[in-house]
Amino acid sequence: MIETKVEIKNKAGLHTRPAATIVKLASKYKCDFYLTKDGLHINGKSIIGVMTLAAEMGSEITLTFDGPDEKEAAEEIVDFFNRGFDEP
Amino acid sequence: MKSFKQIYKEATNKIQGIAAAPGIVIGKVYLFTKDKIEVTDGEITDFEEAKQNLHEAIKQSKKELNKVFAFAREKMGEERAAIFEAQMMILDDPILIETIEKRIEQEKKLPEYIVFDEISKYQDMMKHSTEPYIKERANDIEDIKNRIIRNLQKKRWQSKITHESIVVSNMLTPADTLLLSRSNVKGFVTDHGGLTSHAAIISRSLNIPAVVGTHNITKQVKENDIIIVDGFHGYVIINPTKEQLKFFTEKYEHHVQLQKGLEEFKDKPAVTTDGRVIKLYANVDVTGEIDLVITSGANGIGLYRTEQILEELSEFPTEEEQVKLYTNLSSRIYPNILTIRAFDIGGDKLRLFDYAESNPFLGLRGIRLLFENPVLFKTQIRAVLKASHNKNIQFMLPMISTMAEIKKAQSIINECKAELKKEKIPFDNHLKVGIMIEVPAAAVMTKEFAEEVDFISVGTNDLIQYLMAVDRGNDLVSDLYQEFSPAVIRTLKHIVTEGSIPGKEISFCGEMAADTLAIPLLIGLGYTSLSMSPSTIPYAKRIIRHLNYERTVKLAAECVNCINEKDIVNKLEKFFKDHNITRTRHII
Repeated sequence: MIETKVEIKNKAGLHTRPAATIVKLASKYKCDFYLTKDGLHINGKSIIGVMTLAAEMGSEITLTFDGPDEKEAAEEIVDFFNRGFDEP
Repeated sequence: MKSFKQIYKEATNKIQGIAAAPGIVIGKVYLFTKDKIEVTDGEITDFEEAKQNLHEAIKQSKKELNKVFAFAREKMGEERAAIFEAQMMILDDPILIETIEKRIEQEKKLPEYIVFDEISKYQDMMKHSTEPYIKERANDIEDIKNRIIRNLQKKRWQSKITHESIVVSNMLTPADTLLLSRSNVKGFVTDHGGLTSHAAIISRSLNIPAVVGTHNITKQVKENDIIIVDGFHGYVIINPTKEQLKFFTEKYEHHVQLQKGLEEFKDKPAVTTDGRVIKLYANVDVTGEIDLVITSGANGIGLYRTEQILEELSEFPTEEEQVKLYTNLSSRIYPNILTIRAFDIGGDKLRLFDYAESNPFLGLRGIRLLFENPVLFKTQIRAVLKASHNKNIQFMLPMISTMAEIKKAQSIINECKAELKKEKIPFDNHLKVGIMIEVPAAAVMTKEFAEEVDFISVGTNDLIQYLMAVDRGNDLVSDLYQEFSPAVIRTLKHIVTEGSIPGKEISFCGEMAADTLAIPLLIGLGYTSLSMSPSTIPYAKRIIRHLNYERTVKLAAECVNCINEKDIVNKLEKFFKDHNITRTRHII
């Protein structure tokens, strides 16, 4: 299992477009993927779940990956967070 | 035997509404409620069936959303488009669907209840968020939740409707009316809506008796009550007495006989006693109507409302699908003319766009919307051209209000022609292109507009609505929707006078032509070509064959000088009486 903390870097926060992208990236992989913030534990392959997550610029989210391809999944998704969802 | 008047005078179990589609029908009430999403936590016994219903509802929801999405993509900002995409993804959300399935199996409740409960949980979480934008997101999810539930309920409704059912509803959208009519519904009664509501138009075209605008029928009847719908007089009788049942059964049989009698007019021309020939065309809403058009003895199709294809398919038809449809219709009607009207979307017809216009009737509809969606418009034009090689198709543009719009549409049509030439696809190079006169601005400019196009056609539903500034669907003001207002009659006179240019046809395709009272007046004003629901053509023919043209001209001249609607209606009724012509509602 891989557990890592990421910071929201873009101005608009985790809005609908990046939420959709995260779910799309996660569904490519077999491993389980969860996002945890403020006591909420959300399955990262569920768009409706990820949409309930409020995360403004500067806030922190814990990501966990668990499964055969967890390394590749973590690499790609963490990178997407670190790039600030390719937004200003 | 008693008269209708006596029967209704004595009846204490009646409700009055507006006679929207002629005919008498006796049947069982099916209450169709959908204005509010209400879910019941009914028990289920068959889990597999419930699961299948869930998947079908999700599939249908996807289809609907795809339609909205394909259409809206060009128009929306990225964030709005992302919300659509997220909605689509929710329909594929493996965690959500799996949870719903599991819960249906464990709790043995109707899928609609579980869907409601499960998605509401997420919405509650969103509503409790401190972030305002997450709170708003709860609303975005509301739409997708309701869409799935609606589709689940539709399946449940359909399974309960039998060929005995008379649908009683608060109001009906065109899509509902179509869906229900396919389940062999016998009649329609609604609380709201007027003569020109789309539910009324579709009932007429499908020959299903209907009474609309009863205000509160849904509160007065229970499921499975026996009711009689009198679509001639606009009354509904609830749980009839023996006497009433006998009376209406006889009337029903008499009407069936009468309709047979009207068939004798099928092959006779609509010509006045002094030899003026009137062409009668059919308005077509749904493709299934074509048989009715042929048996009615129509001179062709004066108005094919193509937007109904969208209702039927719940998806935008491809170019090929449209070519097939148009070719089929034009061959069936050949050598008569098929007038195809471009998609008239907007207003009350289809709410495809996600964003609300504060005043949709004055907003993006008809030709305005087509210009905004060039792909949609060009696909249709190309399909019309491809289907036109029999040379019996003409094309009509809705909601024209300026000359610039006419020129722009013509140039887009020319572009399409050039494309087809390049692709070496045959088409009618002289395809006639005409416009609807339905915006007052176009009515005023009739002469110049008519010179620019091949034909014009008067659409009274919108013309009256815009001229009188009254929403025809709003029963608070629908009294002001006056077909026989002197302002309307003078405008119709202006159009026919200004538009009478050699070689250009003026036709009349508004619902007003279906009102038998209007026929002598329209003919007297100078209209020679009327388009109406196919079921009303034999009735109109019967009246026309009793008319004297010279006298209708005199009648029209008198009406044009009137100042009140009441005076005009009185004159028309007196005209029928003086000339001993019975109108439909009096002959049964």
